[in-house]
Amino acid sequence: MLTAMRPRIELLWWQGCPSTERTLADLRAALTELGLDPDAIEMREMATEQQAVQEHFPGSPTIRIEGADPVPADDMPGLTCRIYRRADGRPSPTPDPARLREALKQAVAA
Amino acid sequence: MIATAHDFALPDTDGRVHRLSELTATGPVVVVFTCNHCPYALAWHERLADVAHDYGFRGVRTLFVNPNDGERYPSDSLDAMRARVADQGWNVPYLHDEAQEVARAYGARTTPDVFVIDGEMRIRYRGAPDQDYEDPAANALWLREALDDVLSDVELRRPQTTPVGCSIKWKP
Repeated sequence: MLTAMRPRIELLWWQGCPSTERTLADLRAALTELGLDPDAIEMREMATEQQAVQEHFPGSPTIRIEGADPVPADDMPGLTCRIYRRADGRPSPTPDPARLREALKQAVAA
Repeated sequence: MIATAHDFALPDTDGRVHRLSELTATGPVVVVFTCNHCPYALAWHERLADVAHDYGFRGVRTLFVNPNDGERYPSDSLDAMRARVADQGWNVPYLHDEAQEVARAYGARTTPDVFVIDGEMRIRYRGAPDQDYEDPAANALWLREALDDVLSDVELRRPQTTPVGCSIKWKP
C-alpha cells in the first residue's frame, strides 16, 4: 500500500515569491492522487541569503523528495523566485504538476 | 480618486531617454514595471508585448521599466537587459530605473506591476495584466479592457486589480 511508503517531501519557500500556495496545492493534489498523505509536507521557510546558500536553495519554490529536486536547477542559491518551464516551454513560477506526479511515483517505487 | 502620474525620464537599453510627459502628450501610455529574472514577468511578457503591438496602432505607447537592483541580481543588470532586447527583438523600449526612484514614486511592488496613464497624466489603471499568469488565453484582458475604456473616454470597468509577481529587488 502506497501510504506505508512515505517519501520525505520538503517544500522550501521564500516569502518574496507568491507561488508557494499554488505549489502546495499542486503537491497535495499529486500526493492525494497517489494515495499518499497530502499533509505530509515539510514546509521550510528560507529567510536569509546565508540560509539560502547553506541549503543550496535555488529559489522559491523548491521541492525536495527524499532530498532530491525533481526539477534539478543549475541556478546560484539565493532568495529569488525560480523559473520553471512547462512541457511546451512556457516559463512558469511553479513546477509542472505532471512532472511532480512522476517524481513522486518514482520515489514511492524506489 | 484618480492619482496624477509622476513624470519621469529614463534611458532605454540604447541610452535613449524617454520622458513620460512627452509621450502622454500624444496619447495613453502603459508603464510596466518588469524584469528579466522573475517567472511571473516572463510568463506575462508575450501578452504584454502583444498589447503594445495591438494598441500601438491606436496611439498607445508602452514602456517596460526594470527597477531591480542589478548588482545583487546580475540577471537584471543593464548588460543583461541589453542582451535580452537584442536576443528577442523587442518592440517596446526597456528602461533602466537604476536609482529605483520611479518605482518608488509609483508605489510599484512587484514585477510585473502595470499602470495605464492617460493623456492628462492621470493613472487610470493599476494592477495585473489579467487574472492568470499561467493561461496565455487570458490575453492581458484586464489591461486591454482598461485601454479600451481610456480610449473610449468612459469610466473604467476595473480601475485597480492586485499586482501579482516577484517582489521588486530594492537596493540595501
